[in-house]
Amino acid sequence: MRVNLTVNGRPMTADDVWEGESLLYVLRERLGLPGAKNACEQGECGSCTVYLDGTPVCACLVAAGQAEGRDVVTVEGLATSGGGPDAGLSDVQRAFVDAGAVQCGFCTPGLVVQAHALLADAEGVPRDADIREALAGNLCRCTGYEKILDAVRLAAARRAGADSGFRT
Amino acid sequence: MDFLRPRTWAEALALKAGRPEATPLQGGTDVMVEINLDKGRPAALLDLTPIPELREWSREGVEIRVGAGVTYSRLIAELGTELPGLAQASRTVGSPQIRNRGTVAGNLGAASPAGDSHPPLLACGAVVEAESVRGTRLIPIGEFYTGVKRNALAPDELIRAVRVPAATGPQYFSKIGTRNAMVIAVCSFAVALHPSGRRVGTGIGSAAPTPRHAPRAEDFASGELDWDGRRPLDPGVARRFGELVAASAAPIDDVRGRAAYRTHALAVMARRALGWAWDDFRGNS
Repeated sequence: MRVNLTVNGRPMTADDVWEGESLLYVLRERLGLPGAKNACEQGECGSCTVYLDGTPVCACLVAAGQAEGRDVVTVEGLATSGGGPDAGLSDVQRAFVDAGAVQCGFCTPGLVVQAHALLADAEGVPRDADIREALAGNLCRCTGYEKILDAVRLAAARRAGADSGFRT
Repeated sequence: MDFLRPRTWAEALALKAGRPEATPLQGGTDVMVEINLDKGRPAALLDLTPIPELREWSREGVEIRVGAGVTYSRLIAELGTELPGLAQASRTVGSPQIRNRGTVAGNLGAASPAGDSHPPLLACGAVVEAESVRGTRLIPIGEFYTGVKRNALAPDELIRAVRVPAATGPQYFSKIGTRNAMVIAVCSFAVALHPSGRRVGTGIGSAAPTPRHAPRAEDFASGELDWDGRRPLDPGVARRFGELVAASAAPIDDVRGRAAYRTHALAVMARRALGWAWDDFRGNS
């Protein structure tokens, strides 16, 4: 079947989609967007987290056909365009780099999207308990959680400090 | 495999009548796992997410009618006051991403004995609103679960909504797992106080082939609690309540826990949950 959807602001079409296929497969294998990672395929690890109509979801659990006509933003879509030292990175991505919150990197895209969603809803710097709750569905097997928490706090603090250079 | 995309509820019912083997698809948090891991391949998927009215909830008399497409996230955000037990249970489901997709109706459709919604639905006396081209059928929650991952829906029926009486007293949900997130219950328990009828409602999860009430525990606590004077809960009553709840379970040994552990944990959870609820009730006097 054919699936039409908007990905990172651009209308896209995937053809020959199998009816049982996931949105994750469509993104990675048909639309050339490998940012969202394929790991557990059962919603346990969060490495495939994308926005679906503005809500973070596991792309592996969305049937491709359910994305018909809908708006998807992947980690690739969070990056900004333009010049300067932060070109290409959103403030959340920049904070992950600065905090050293990346080890093997496999969980990073999902964590970046989920952290992005947390900060979009948060006022000021979220409490640690809220960060932990927000990221509870994203597994890192490099045991990098402390740095990841640092990154979220850093991104939030920069936003609260109105450091517009780091805003998306 | 066919992918069926009804635009309206009437169309969905017609499609289900014509293709009773089609698997309804809402948040995908169960169905897509089966497909991804090749544990099962439905003949057809019936995608219900395009139907707007399923995403609505409404207050109808003393009941909250929760549409089959209302996600756990929305239930937590919007119905925590009216349905505190169900909202508490919803908070323990999966992760934020899972709660953004999963629904109570999906939990009912899957009818896993471990589903987190079931104990509070039992404790509250919910009713499942099933519909087909033949009409609407209201199924009391105690009659809905018919076996492990089996429910009372006819092949041509879809869940339109679940009707849950709005809380008239404190409600609590308790769940055992290895961590706070992403946990399938080892066992779980819900209690609801219904002060106007002087009744205590219960629900047991993941400790029998189906979710179930603990009727003897309900009768016992309903009779022992001091509804008028609101005296503190007698520790002996609380303990006996826990024992009766545990006695209503029929757990097995499996990968998540042993039967003996489940029985013990249920007694503890029930004793504590009744204490929390009763303390709240007394505090609101």
